[in-house]
Amino acid sequence: MTERTEHLKEDSAGQAAPPIRKMSSEGQQTGRAYYGQLRRNIIITMITVSFTPMLLVIAILLFQFSTSYHEKTYAHLEEMVQKHKQNIDTFLSEKLANIRFLVASTNIETLTDKSFLQAKLQQLQEEYGDVFVDMGVVDETGKQLSYAGPYELHNVRYLEADWFKRAINRDFFISDVFMGLRGSPHFIITVRRQYEPSVFILRATIDFRAFNTLVENLRVGETGHAFILNKEGRFQTRPAVEEARWQNSYDYFVDRMEDSKRSVEIIERPDGSGAEHLYAIAELKGGDWLLIFKQETGDAFEDISRVFRISGIIFLLGGSGIVMTVIALTRRMVRRIMKADKEKEKLNQQMIEAGKLASVGELAAGIAHEINNPVAIMVEEAGWIEDLLEEEEFAESENLSEFQRALRQIGTQGRRCKEITHKLLSFARKTDTTVKDVQLNDLIREIVDLSAQMARYNKVTITTEFQPDLPYVTLSPAEMQQVMLNLINNAIDAMGNSGGTIHIATKLSRLEKDHIVITVEDNGPGIPESNLSRIFDPFFTTKPVGKGTGLGLSICYGIVQKNGGNIDVHSTVGKGTRFRVWIPFQKPGNPGKQKYKPTRSQT
Amino acid sequence: MSKPFVMLVDDEAEFIDTTTKRLEKRDLKVLTAYSGKDALEKVSSNRNLEVMILDVKMPGMDGLEVLQEMKKKYPLIEVIMLTGHATIESAIEGMKAGAFDYLMKPCEMDQLVEKVQEAADKKRSQDEKIEKARMEKVMASRGLS
Repeated sequence: MTERTEHLKEDSAGQAAPPIRKMSSEGQQTGRAYYGQLRRNIIITMITVSFTPMLLVIAILLFQFSTSYHEKTYAHLEEMVQKHKQNIDTFLSEKLANIRFLVASTNIETLTDKSFLQAKLQQLQEEYGDVFVDMGVVDETGKQLSYAGPYELHNVRYLEADWFKRAINRDFFISDVFMGLRGSPHFIITVRRQYEPSVFILRATIDFRAFNTLVENLRVGETGHAFILNKEGRFQTRPAVEEARWQNSYDYFVDRMEDSKRSVEIIERPDGSGAEHLYAIAELKGGDWLLIFKQETGDAFEDISRVFRISGIIFLLGGSGIVMTVIALTRRMVRRIMKADKEKEKLNQQMIEAGKLASVGELAAGIAHEINNPVAIMVEEAGWIEDLLEEEEFAESENLSEFQRALRQIGTQGRRCKEITHKLLSFARKTDTTVKDVQLNDLIREIVDLSAQMARYNKVTITTEFQPDLPYVTLSPAEMQQVMLNLINNAIDAMGNSGGTIHIATKLSRLEKDHIVITVEDNGPGIPESNLSRIFDPFFTTKPVGKGTGLGLSICYGIVQKNGGNIDVHSTVGKGTRFRVWIPFQKPGNPGKQKYKPTRSQT
Repeated sequence: MSKPFVMLVDDEAEFIDTTTKRLEKRDLKVLTAYSGKDALEKVSSNRNLEVMILDVKMPGMDGLEVLQEMKKKYPLIEVIMLTGHATIESAIEGMKAGAFDYLMKPCEMDQLVEKVQEAADKKRSQDEKIEKARMEKVMASRGLS
């Protein structure tokens, strides 16, 4: 941005060098385009600078948050599934232990006694609720020897039943869920006991609903739920309606789990409907079943998406705030730059004007000096003729007195020329800032003499009232001359062609200690209140364009301030204007001050 | 008292010519030079010169340089500076460098003559003093021997 402004400065300086007064509409247009570009560049830079770190921070934070949230969620899921897996395993092994205890503690005769079985079933149901549905004793031929339960299954043959084929070869067995003879889903626990020479199996049916509650309770969020699959991928618990239809898609988990060494596996993949889901899988029943927890990814990570949404909203709001601020600020800034440029241009114009004035002054000085010599010669020649006329041969000439009068006239006019050129020269001289001890009265008198000619043209009378024996002041006489000349010229200009009186007075100030006050008072039209406050501002002028630079009074102000003095103005419209200039004189200890102190106390 | 012997130095020939005539009419012995160099040369062959009227602004060697040279070589010859207003500072500088006085151009003939007379008187009184001192010295040496 600094570069841009540097460039701008050069640019405007470059523009200022050629005559800027004739700044065409074309030039203004390129200027406008330039400021437009400047504004765009600033806006782009500021937005880039402010957005880049913000975006980076947001991205990093969100990434970190999402990663750790994922980890947290995974850990939570793993723990939860692990716990439930243990619950279910405990449930199954507990039920199995019940039956095993029963088998081990009872002989076959008692077991086949239906009333005993009935009693035992009732006992278990009292203990565990409706978990145990029924019980029966089956011999090795598959014939149910005794049965206790709500169904009429006495003497039923299970030889062909799938579970029987497997149970007869094992000490205990827990079947998959199946429909069986009763036509409702259930699974059974069997315990084999050998009573020589034959083998018996005690089977107990576990109520499906009771088992189902073990996984049904596992609900997280809106969509998180659990179910159990067997090795064929069939549901062992009641699935959600739609999931039953996608049963095939669960084969993947069976395969996956067989390969996995971990007790809980967490997978993200789409389900049958195509929506991305989060799965947590654990083996149950020694690997026969799988406990699967399923939740929609969006649901599982809802917090993350909420955070994303909130940060998105904040980003949008904050971002648009930044953008608007940047645009507003830049506009204001560019407007200021434009204003500064314009002022600078104006200043440059004034500088050129001032330069012109200076060169005109130098030219005038040169001319004055060149005229001085011929005038000197003319006066000398006239003097020579005068000398010659004194000789006797001309004494009787009848026109002698006329000659003498003419020659005297030449002498007088020559002296007048001399005076004019000398005054011109003394003002065309470069402003000398070397500080001297100055008697203000003399200085002002000189200026008044000089201005008298111009004042006469404008029918203005200048009157003076000097307090005698003012102390010397230490300042640059050339600068002080400029101040007085400006004030007097201003007064003359103010009175226009109607004429008037300018009264200039000096005296020791009563208001300001150790100051001389100079009063320049005119009886012109006065200055309106609204202009009065701006009168010392540079470039403030009420004169028509080209007539005044608007610098005169501001220069006066600058010079007076520089010399430790002060200047003020009072004006009444229709009555006139009074400028007062205070100039400090020598500080205490200087002879000047001591000398004049008594005079002061008298006033 | 005899009239002073004056040299007029200025680059304006017309001015010099008329002024010379007017000075001569007032019985002054006048020598003229049209440049600083010319003036210095002429001084060396006119040792009895009393007053030099010197214009400050001249092409080539200007009045101040001539003055400095004069004061170095002939400190007893009085110099009156003649100046336009623009070079009043150089006139003041000239005064500091040992000029007798300065006058502003164009000047009144009577004023000029008066100044020249004063300068010549000063020169003469100085010469007299020097002469007297010399005499005293000679007399003293004689008295001693």
